[in-house]
Amino acid sequence: MTKPVLEVKGLHKSFGALQATKNVSLDLKPNEIHALIGPNGAGKSTLIGQIAGWITPDSGSIYLDGEDVTSETVASRSRKGLGRSFQVSSLAMEVSARRNVMLSVQASQGSSFRFWKQTKSDEELRETARNWLRKVGLSGREDIAVSELSHGERRQVEVACALALAPKALLLDEPMAGLGPTGSIQLTEFLEEIRPEIPILLIEHDMDAVFRLADRITVLVGGAAILSGSVDEIRASALVREAYLGEEA
Amino acid sequence: MQRTDTAPKPVSMPKLSRETIVNIAVMAILLALPLWASSIGEDYYVNLASLITIFAIAGVGLNFAIGQGGMVSFGHAAFFGIGGYTTGIAAFHSFEETLFVAMPFAISGTNQMLIIWIVAMVICGIAALAIGAISLRTEGVYFIMITLAFAQMIYYFAISWPTYGGEDGLSIYLRNQLPMVDAESALTFFLVCFILLLGAIFVSARLSGSRFGAALGTARMNETRLATSGIDPFPIKLTGFVISAMITGLAGALFAELNGFVGPSMLSWHRSGEIMVFVILGGVGRLYGPVIGAALFVLLETYIGEWTQHWQLLLGLALLGVVLFARGGVMGMIAGRARHD
Repeated sequence: MTKPVLEVKGLHKSFGALQATKNVSLDLKPNEIHALIGPNGAGKSTLIGQIAGWITPDSGSIYLDGEDVTSETVASRSRKGLGRSFQVSSLAMEVSARRNVMLSVQASQGSSFRFWKQTKSDEELRETARNWLRKVGLSGREDIAVSELSHGERRQVEVACALALAPKALLLDEPMAGLGPTGSIQLTEFLEEIRPEIPILLIEHDMDAVFRLADRITVLVGGAAILSGSVDEIRASALVREAYLGEEA
Repeated sequence: MQRTDTAPKPVSMPKLSRETIVNIAVMAILLALPLWASSIGEDYYVNLASLITIFAIAGVGLNFAIGQGGMVSFGHAAFFGIGGYTTGIAAFHSFEETLFVAMPFAISGTNQMLIIWIVAMVICGIAALAIGAISLRTEGVYFIMITLAFAQMIYYFAISWPTYGGEDGLSIYLRNQLPMVDAESALTFFLVCFILLLGAIFVSARLSGSRFGAALGTARMNETRLATSGIDPFPIKLTGFVISAMITGLAGALFAELNGFVGPSMLSWHRSGEIMVFVILGGVGRLYGPVIGAALFVLLETYIGEWTQHWQLLLGLALLGVVLFARGGVMGMIAGRARHD
């Protein structure tokens, strides 16, 4: 029995009469990619919001590496090892890719209440950030403003930011969106590569990528996790076809 | 955009950006004019330069909150006024030889500027901590309104406090003193203000370039990114707000010295608006922008105000022009867009 890195237990969330999350439980074990799929409006974003810390659940708990983080802030969860990327990249657009990653590196090194030393001449900080960008395949693009990078490159910067915090788990929200076929294949390879080090909870619409990458799939419909199983089980399930694949394919 | 000279330079001089050249020119003019005015015995112009310098310091303070941290405070007159009242009250008790607080400790007034500056900045810092702790829970227009509301509260408090002049304000009969120099001299006082302006800009630049500054800048650009990178935005923004208030508070203390008077007008929302005008006119986030903004403001007020009391119409037009056509303020017009790395 391997201990799950990330565990969600009995999560509930309602907005008025709308039950956006109904008793959802799922976990993420070491070395695995666990995909979360579901049609539009299934409550994926609300669930992600609760796991990342933007939305407070009505009840239920979230554990990161065995520790209850349900009442921790977003920043605190990031520091404790929950890395994430967004459906629409969320970066400081005006500054360079390197600057974005430097911020994560500085957070991983401790307090940001350092007022005098200039980051511009902090070679260690800059070099560490450059290394993370190299790792995600952005060598030579470090000094370009994020606003001038492509969608795919921004996603790579986000992943570099997440990796710089030495995450225990990654939460990737539709990383393939807007990438195009080549970018999609490259990212798939990259996720394969980091899977042994960092397990990934993957929210994705691209079914090819999901079926190729995922070890386990959980299907979310109407706020509830209706099914969880291996790729083959999900493919074979009539329930899923009806609720999800039928609509899409 | 002429940055493509690829010819090899055997002796490479550190190339100055256009903004740096503008900065140096602005500061040189600001320093040279009063020196010249003083040499021909025109203290009026020296005091005018002092006023520009003091307003510029107030602007540098607010610019740190707006330009670096993205916190559009419409209540910085609170800190400007608190700085001013600290000076006025300290001088009042020193002059009357009475105690400010008798129990449980005896705190007397003082006429030493250095002490007054420190006390003014500390009090502004504490006030900003309280105001910021509440205001920073809101964003956008709500933040603007709540900072305005706090400043108005302090304004009405000052008006209703008869001990310190209430609506009439408080005169400072003798300018407070500095060790070793004669602060009564207009030129000396200008030079003191000028040095403090340089200091404020230097501190602001250093902080902006530090790890703290990187976090604060990200709070402005994208708070979600800051939190996702593992840094809680709230304490970062609150610290930035406090630093900003302390710089503006220092300007308020100097303003009281220059005028020999403090009154509730220092705390009024007009003043908050003026400080914001210095920042916007000069260029939000540009280190020396407030110097240009304050200079334009004071010159318009003085020279256009001489022949028409509707000088603010012209100021309004200038502001409109800057907002519509030059997002980077006057500095943006002269030196181009701000560069980030």
